Amino acid sequence: MSEHKEHEHHIVSPKVYVMILLALLVGTAATVGASFVDMGPWNPVINLAIATTKATLVVLFFMHVKYGTKLTKLTVVAGIFTFLCLVAMTLADYSSRAWGQW
Amino acid sequence: MSDSQAIAQGTHPEGSGAHVEHPPYLRHHFNSVEQQADTAGFAMWLFLLTEVMFFGGLFTAYLIYRNWYYASFVAASHQLSIVLGTCNTVVLIFSSFTMAMGVWCAETRRKKGLVVSLLLTIALGLVFLGIKTVEYREKYEKHHIPGDHYSLQSFINPASDKEASEAGDKPLALDAAQHTELYFSLYFAMTGMHALHMIIGIGILVFMVIRAQAGAYTSGHVTFVENFGLYWHFVDIVWIYLFALLYLISRHA
Repeated sequence: MSEHKEHEHHIVSPKVYVMILLALLVGTAATVGASFVDMGPWNPVINLAIATTKATLVVLFFMHVKYGTKLTKLTVVAGIFTFLCLVAMTLADYSSRAWGQW
Repeated sequence: MSDSQAIAQGTHPEGSGAHVEHPPYLRHHFNSVEQQADTAGFAMWLFLLTEVMFFGGLFTAYLIYRNWYYASFVAASHQLSIVLGTCNTVVLIFSSFTMAMGVWCAETRRKKGLVVSLLLTIALGLVFLGIKTVEYREKYEKHHIPGDHYSLQSFINPASDKEASEAGDKPLALDAAQHTELYFSLYFAMTGMHALHMIIGIGILVFMVIRAQAGAYTSGHVTFVENFGLYWHFVDIVWIYLFALLYLISRHA
């Protein structure tokens, strides 16, 4: 659908916004509920998975990236990829620094 | 749209020098309104990526220290109120929704709708800051603000503390108790920077309400509202992660 609207400014309808609002509220309820259930090592995983799902919904719909140009999509994906690389390298550094010293 | 199309569209068939009819808000160094809007959107996303790196640094520091001083971070995070945190999450999600509706009103040229949406966004932003103030005040009263007056009592003697005893915390050794101060340093740095972004956002919203009442964004030129929307939603996303990592992640550890 964004294919033939390529040249026009895509207007996201309020219906979509309401759906996303509801999805975000459900996600909030789910993550609060899940934090009270003891899932051992899975608690942080579920917690971050729900947060990332919510963030993705916001980026795609509230921030219009789903309807955006290829340039916007590439910018967002490249930025998040770079960010994750930096975090991964930092964490790898900190967690391996003491290796071999005991 | 692709760049080649944007350039092709903008080529003036009349030849160079001819003045083509265009909306007053189209700057002359752009070929088309589309290209102008895409450029502004691209720049906004670049700015937001610097913000991602900025908050990302704080989040990474939090992750590293949480791994080092796990017991301290768990005990300290039990001091936060899940109820107030959840309220604030819901408030902020609604404010993102009203902001999105504001963008829609601007796009469909509904001046009154835009003003109402922006005012609702301001109101929800203020509610968020109000709830945050209540939380900060509680930290102040319990001497949980890092510094000379920081108190270890809740962590050395959790039975004497309402939140700690409700969470069933065990007393921490002195060094572990001292590291709770690190959690609160990060807590105040992260939520404080987030709140500062909200305050700046509310300032810009007030400016936008005034301009919107003069009809500034409802005559086809929506770039400013749209890009401010991106900023506001970004602040919402930061809070989604703050809520997950500061309030919820250690609830069951």
